Amino acid sequence: MEYQAKELFAKHDVPVTLGTVVEKAEDARAAAEQLGGRVVVKAQVKVGGRGKAGGVKLAENPDEAVARAEDILGMDIKGHTVHRVLVAPTADIAEEYYFSFLVDRANRNYLCIASIEGGVEIEEVARTNPDAVAKVSIDPQAGVDDAKAAEIVAATRFPAEVADEAKEVVKKLWTVFLAEDASLVEVNPLVRLGDGHLEALDGKVTLDENADFRHADHAAFEDTAAADPLEAQAKEKNLNYVKLDGEVGIIGNGAGLVMSTLDVVAYAGEQHGGVKPANFLDIGGGASAEVMANGLHIILGDPQVKSVFVNVFGGITACDAVANGIVHALELLGEEANKPLVVRLDGNNVVEGRRILVDANHPLVTLVDTMDGAADRAAELAK
Amino acid sequence: MSIFLNESSKVIVQGMTGSEGQKHTRRMIASGTDVVGGVNPKKAGQSIDFDGTTVPVFGSVQEAMEQTGANVSVVFVPPAGTKGAVVEAVDAAMPLVVVITEGVPVHDTADFFSYAQAKGTTRIIGPNCPGLISPGKSNAGIIPADITKGGRVGLVSKSGTLTYQMMYELRDFGFSSAVGIGGDPIIGTTHIDALQAFQDDPETDAIVMIGEIGGDAEERAAAYIKDNVSKPVVGYVAGFTAPEGKTMGHAGAIVSGSSGTAQAKKEALEAVGVKVGKTPSETAQLMREILQNL
Repeated sequence: MEYQAKELFAKHDVPVTLGTVVEKAEDARAAAEQLGGRVVVKAQVKVGGRGKAGGVKLAENPDEAVARAEDILGMDIKGHTVHRVLVAPTADIAEEYYFSFLVDRANRNYLCIASIEGGVEIEEVARTNPDAVAKVSIDPQAGVDDAKAAEIVAATRFPAEVADEAKEVVKKLWTVFLAEDASLVEVNPLVRLGDGHLEALDGKVTLDENADFRHADHAAFEDTAAADPLEAQAKEKNLNYVKLDGEVGIIGNGAGLVMSTLDVVAYAGEQHGGVKPANFLDIGGGASAEVMANGLHIILGDPQVKSVFVNVFGGITACDAVANGIVHALELLGEEANKPLVVRLDGNNVVEGRRILVDANHPLVTLVDTMDGAADRAAELAK
Repeated sequence: MSIFLNESSKVIVQGMTGSEGQKHTRRMIASGTDVVGGVNPKKAGQSIDFDGTTVPVFGSVQEAMEQTGANVSVVFVPPAGTKGAVVEAVDAAMPLVVVITEGVPVHDTADFFSYAQAKGTTRIIGPNCPGLISPGKSNAGIIPADITKGGRVGLVSKSGTLTYQMMYELRDFGFSSAVGIGGDPIIGTTHIDALQAFQDDPETDAIVMIGEIGGDAEERAAAYIKDNVSKPVVGYVAGFTAPEGKTMGHAGAIVSGSSGTAQAKKEALEAVGVKVGKTPSETAQLMREILQNL
């Protein structure tokens, strides 16, 4: 969120004005009084287009600040509920620029995208006036030194009077990108103020979760309030779960196979009244009884779910272990397990795996041999 | 023949003494892979017995290469140490480094990949991948060796379990090589690299390419196929139903705005004549028809 990005900017000496974050509208009064004069009240959500959605409002005095905070708190912006607003002083803006560093997947290095036409969506600028968008590739071995910063500033065509300061800001933003293990650092707009100085007026930073092990402080940036309760619960159990809007619960092993399972269920659902997959859940290679029980517990906690499709290809994991996992998970869950389970097992030790499920003869479990057939059955049961 | 890995590959394992490293070294050896050593500076000089095969532990990659003539390294070192392990292998000019480790920070991958590019002597596969197998010849990573036999189909995939699934679907035909390139935002070997190698491999007749949402690797592969690949290619893309802005298991599997969608990838592939299946089984069926008409 903006205020968190700004905290990271401030940590690395990028010029910003932090303002005050409040969760209750009434607290906006003290924040506005402290700043004095005109303030801006901004919704803090992890999504762009807040201004257009009415999530950014000016307030002339503390009373108005409270009123605007009341308007904005609780708003829904593209599916994100606003739990916090930032109260910040208004800036005397002379010019607005765009600046970002990101991981360049295609070229497998880093990329700087910058423009002297900021304050609007960069995709829009790229479409209407591509010449105004500078793209400078960065070799991870070299990074951004003085020469690279100068190259970026020249390519962006920053006005001469801010060029020197821009080089410093570019180097500081590079430090944010590198030191914080960010996959994206975006400033939009980077503004030239009336006094000629630069300031990061709004920004976004995407942190790489894989690097959390060397950034103990990054846990604080997690937006637990906004997370879906089932997703939060899954995260606690170290399960890779994404809540979707559908009726067929999905458990599988391996991200690709689970994505594929969602697709196959959605196709099958077209023949059964349009039922859809309810979630993504990858239980990974292990598939022990405990992991299976945790996964089923989360899926059955979704009131929309009417059937569950367990789709496992035994690669490293043997199907007999998975079958035992399912049987024991159902024992662990007891009466909580109350929805039909369609199971498809293939691969390593499949004959033994299927035998275990047949012998267990659990009333909720249906065994189907193929992925397509099982998806069809699960969709039918969810109709 | 096969790509990247064959019967004369000599494999070492970085992180062989850890639990995952041991488990999969045992499996690699059982499937006939010539595992000639492990690397762990703290356990140099020791050796580990894998069901009767004794594998020595060396203090460094360079020492292992000098002593054994190893030309492939499989890396199981945990994320915090992965970059160091890969850089060590690159410094030793190891020709092929297969990084199995999941959860490597993307800056670390960008760093060791660009380092390897600059040196110009190492191909990296992964990270966050199942490795590769040339069935009946060698197996570098965690792909189960008993799914299928050697054959004339080449397979390149971002996903591990979909690799297994596709090998299983086409088990009666067999594979020259199956390469799991991994689902991270930055990977050492891309679809294009594998397509090029399969095109050049005289023992590969047709290619299955499995992609998933996120990035534009499949679109770029499509452009590459148009100009450079004359062998038949069948494609599959996972994630048609994935919502925007949610990471689906793999760090790189995310639809951002309108980019990275499965539909766009499918259309790009079909535009260059690649048949794309809606499901893994349909994809296998498309390949089956091609193979029967060859």
